[in-house]
Amino acid sequence: MRVVVDLNRCQAYAQCCYAAPDRFVLRGDEILVYDPAPPASDRAAVDRAVQACPVRAIRVEHDRAPAERAA
Amino acid sequence: MRDGTIVIAGASLAGLRGAEALRAHGFAGRLILVGDEPHLPYDRPPLSKHVLTGEIAPGATTLPGVGTVEAEWRLGAKARGLDRAGRALLLANGERLAFDRLLIATGARARPWPKPEEARLSGIHTLRSRDDAASLAAGLAARPKRVLILGAGFIGCEVASSIRALGLPVTVVDPAPAPLAQALGRVIGGFIAGRMEAAGVDLRLGVQVTHLEGDGQGECVMRRARLDDGGTIEADCVVVALGAVRNTDWLAGSGLRADEGGLSCDSACRALDEAGRPVPDIFAAGDVARVPYPLYGGRPVALEHWGNAVAQAAHAARAMLDGPEAAGAYAELPAFWSSQFGLNIKSLGLTEGADAVAIVQGSPRTGRFLAVYGRAGRTIAAVSVDAGRWLPAYEGPIRDGAPFPPITGGADQPDPDPVSPGLPAPATARGDQS
Ligand SMILES: Cc1cc2nc3c(=O)[nH]c(=O)nc-3n(C[C@H](O)[C@H](O)[C@H](O)COP(=O)(O)OP(=O)(O)OC[C@H]3O[C@@H](n4cnc5c(N)ncnc54)[C@H](O)[C@@H]3O)c2cc1C
Ligand code: SF4
Repeated sequence: MRVVVDLNRCQAYAQCCYAAPDRFVLRGDEILVYDPAPPASDRAAVDRAVQACPVRAIRVEHDRAPAERAA
Repeated sequence: MRDGTIVIAGASLAGLRGAEALRAHGFAGRLILVGDEPHLPYDRPPLSKHVLTGEIAPGATTLPGVGTVEAEWRLGAKARGLDRAGRALLLANGERLAFDRLLIATGARARPWPKPEEARLSGIHTLRSRDDAASLAAGLAARPKRVLILGAGFIGCEVASSIRALGLPVTVVDPAPAPLAQALGRVIGGFIAGRMEAAGVDLRLGVQVTHLEGDGQGECVMRRARLDDGGTIEADCVVVALGAVRNTDWLAGSGLRADEGGLSCDSACRALDEAGRPVPDIFAAGDVARVPYPLYGGRPVALEHWGNAVAQAAHAARAMLDGPEAAGAYAELPAFWSSQFGLNIKSLGLTEGADAVAIVQGSPRTGRFLAVYGRAGRTIAAVSVDAGRWLPAYEGPIRDGAPFPPITGGADQPDPDPVSPGLPAPATARGDQS
């Protein structure tokens, strides 16, 4: 799984932290720290975080990346 | 244009988001992403923050979208030149990639320590790529006696914060009178300086490093820095954070208007030739692109902001497929964030040229505040420190150039008291972010 949060948009509402406490935490008042590569077993929780974010700042991709290769 | 071949040079944030936008707008042809790094596009902001503290593995930041965008990846392949007449991208391995349209998204690289023989000492780092972050993290894991950071821009300050979080001694040297002075000015930079010192950073302002010296023994390990005031700093690990250089050197001889400061474009992100005419089939986006801003009187601006790479790539994609008129002029408001020393800093607009700053909400005393920047009586930018939710209210006033300060009579700040922001004179301006 790959996760990125648009931190320009994030308003530190912490909704994601309630939905997936193991993958999103707020540090200090406003610093969101998140796991950009959560295990597939966390899919449901991370999807809930995406839905819970009031400003739609979280993007997730579940597919596997194509194998990294050199040209 | 919906068919044919589009090549994207530079396979990172702007390249990937450009590819996605092309597909989203209905491009059905062949799409090739060329990147000199061996990695799929990954996110850079965590590299100076939670990757250095060890909370995030360097390899974990691959961006969502890489698995679904329908494109051919040419990774570990460097673009070396451009055959404009033949409409082909030339790769370092000798290959020619023919294109109907080209999107240039080669970004920027860290400005190295200017003395190459000193820059080769072991223990000296720059920070731009995932591999740089892994190498610096390994250097920190060896518990250096002291880390020296050259430059108190965003990257330098974020790295200093991460290193203090690891409990290592760190010195930051910058010729400016305050950290982040280039972007935020001396007033807000002075507040950050207080936080840095409270966190145990040895902050040396108003001085410059002139020499980096090794131990003089076979291995040439970093040992000591000499300052222009005659002082020395003993450090076995150095992070050179002196800003960025745009990756345009490979365009030399292409006839495009490009230099260390970027590739000049028109407001539809079309590259300009040396005569200043837009080239119809070559576009650029992200850190590499210098695009005129309607908000700043049409002045060409190259940004080093994550949000700019995303928005500009989408804008370029639109202009590539539907034409420059349909896309209109790129007018995204510059915006970025940084986190360091437990603070979240966010910015809207550009502070450059500001002649006044006013704290309009909160107070540096409490550590939460919003500062607004004005120029000749107009509002041009706003910066929040742990007060991001107040920031969106200033987007309209900045776009409209509302009278400065734009909002008065606030509950906690009825009469904002503007002072000079202490920004460096534009003539001596160095890089933008970092
Ligand atoms: C450590 C760090 C922290 C940051 N933190 C923040 C932050 O907190 N907030 C914020 O707003 N922004 C931040 N940024 C800035 C943000 O990451 C950049 O604005 C963004 O990465 C720009 O994307 P880009 O695709 O234009 O360029 P880049 O990310 O630089 O990507 C360009 C790609 O092109 C490749 N390339 C270069 N030349 C060639 C060539 N000749 N052929 C093929 N490939 C080539 C490069 O290797 C690279 O992979 C940070 C940047 C760094 C480095
Ligand atoms: S829910 Fe959204 S806005 Fe709130 S902290 Fe998470 S990402 Fe940020």
